[in-house]
Amino acid sequence: MAPFLTLERLTKTFGTHDAVADVSLDMPSGEILCLLGPSGCGKSTLLRLIAGFEAPTGGSIHLDGTDLTGLAPHRRPVNMMFQSYALFPHLSVARNIGYGLKGLGRAAASARVDELLRLVRLEGFGNRAPETLSGGQRQRVALARALAREPKMLLLDEPLGALDRGLREQTQGELRAIQRRLGTAFIIVTHDPSEAMALADRIGVMDKGRLVQIGRPETLYERPVNRFVAGLLGDVNLIPGTVRDADGALVRVETALGPVLALGEGAPAAGAPALVALRPERLSTSSADGDRNALDGHVEASTYLGDRIRLQIRMVDGSTIRATLPAGAGLASGAPVRLSFAPDAATVMAA
Amino acid sequence: MKRLLPVAPYLWLAAFVLLPCLITLKISLSSPATAQPPYLPVLDWSAGIDGWGAFLEALDFANFETLAGDSLYRDAALSSLLYAGMATAILVILGTPVAHALARSPARLQPLLVALVIVPFWSSFLIRIYAWIAILKPEGLLNAGLIWAGLIARPLDILNTPAAVMIGLTYAYLPFMVLPLYAVLSRLDPTLTEAAADLGASPARAFWTVTLPLARPGIVAGALLCFIPMVGEFIIPDLLGGSDTLMLGRVLWSEFFSNRDWPLASAVAVLLLVLIVGPIVLFRDAERERGEVGR
Repeated sequence: MAPFLTLERLTKTFGTHDAVADVSLDMPSGEILCLLGPSGCGKSTLLRLIAGFEAPTGGSIHLDGTDLTGLAPHRRPVNMMFQSYALFPHLSVARNIGYGLKGLGRAAASARVDELLRLVRLEGFGNRAPETLSGGQRQRVALARALAREPKMLLLDEPLGALDRGLREQTQGELRAIQRRLGTAFIIVTHDPSEAMALADRIGVMDKGRLVQIGRPETLYERPVNRFVAGLLGDVNLIPGTVRDADGALVRVETALGPVLALGEGAPAAGAPALVALRPERLSTSSADGDRNALDGHVEASTYLGDRIRLQIRMVDGSTIRATLPAGAGLASGAPVRLSFAPDAATVMAA
Repeated sequence: MKRLLPVAPYLWLAAFVLLPCLITLKISLSSPATAQPPYLPVLDWSAGIDGWGAFLEALDFANFETLAGDSLYRDAALSSLLYAGMATAILVILGTPVAHALARSPARLQPLLVALVIVPFWSSFLIRIYAWIAILKPEGLLNAGLIWAGLIARPLDILNTPAAVMIGLTYAYLPFMVLPLYAVLSRLDPTLTEAAADLGASPARAFWTVTLPLARPGIVAGALLCFIPMVGEFIIPDLLGGSDTLMLGRVLWSEFFSNRDWPLASAVAVLLLVLIVGPIVLFRDAERERGEVGR
């Protein structure tokens, strides 16, 4: 299937600063793509380029076979849900939602507004002023307004950023359900990794204007291409070492804790410095059999978390490694411990 | 001192607004006299309560009867309202795009551009209006330019016409329209117009349906700030208008200085005040109502 949205070498420069640098990506229709990164990484600028509020310095944007690159925002078949919601304060909820339905005729537009109010569960709120609504209700009005014109693609800038924690998780589910029902492609900008994981079919991680890695959430979590992606998506142990040799998909790395065998798709050549990325929950205390790696140390601190315990382990070379183990492992402070992990539980990346 | 502070504004208003109004009102109820001051009655403080009685008895509404009876004053009032109303409309039409452009200009340029709007205030108002005589007179800059450009063969008669008054009013009051409008527009969230564009609105529709309605408070403030002083404007109609340009400010001046009829001049001043305050109160109530139900 041909990609629905294609960004080709998209670049946006403000003065001497590359806000978006050479971003290329393909996106199928019906997908939720989350752009994830710290503030200032260029994810919002990328969204504004697709919406047409910024003109790219270079590159092109194609959607469903049409070149959008030079098109004014009001001529693009995409809609945006703004981080601030940008609801028109002087218009009622119904007139906000119906604002984009100008060409539809009065009766059809009003029927469409009713349908959207039902979709976001705001029946009966049509005549209210936006300022009289709660944050969560405003968020739903903004979503309904952005969906009113049946856009080919919906761009959402931190759609849940202004909601409090509990509401955010509930709204994540609703947002995903609405997207599944309509089948519209969503691009969601967020700085919250757990939100990206919960919402996305694929995540694109951005750093300093560049698209660093794009893929399914589990791919990014388990197989990050560098320490930035690894650290962004969750806690990770990074063990420095030197690449010794490759053994099929596996790479042997010489570290201060002994030799380690791990997956190494993007690993550097033999002799080069490398990092072994290892998630704390992929470690276990079961005995090392077969080709499992083993690391020796002693327990420095242990935190009981109910369903699991978090250990801080001082290794033989003085470094520490964090491990999350099932509760009941029963390890006292100071006890010697041997941690093991399967080679496919860790990833080798360039240092 | 500390206890005086909260009431200080009221004392100020009483001393410099209420008291002068009352004095004017009192004089408007008096009769002209060849005396010093040139009106009667004058309160005789030494006569005590009897003095007050004689004083109040001598006051009447004769001046207002004169105002109502003579079409000159009615015409002057109507023409003042017409001039001020038309000039206000022109100012709204001219000032809105200027303020909009100001608010949309690069942030580091804005202080400079706002300063340029204010710069004319650094020179005397009177001198600036005199300068317009040099521009508008038959052999003035404007006519010379138009003839040079080949647009007209003979000088146009602009000076001493209603057109000259309108030009003068528009020129002099433009900053008072632009500044409050700019204050509102520059605080407007730019993502609102982006949202309008995103929802398919052309720049023109976004302006009419989003920017303009939200700029209403600024337009209202600017319009009042211009309309009120323009109704009583004296210098502009006197210098730029012809002898037949009838405005209350001019009538007031001639009653006061030419005829030395202080009571009648005061009556005109009171009429002016009523003419201005009345519409403003109505206007404000309508605005408030609109703010509450207009959705």
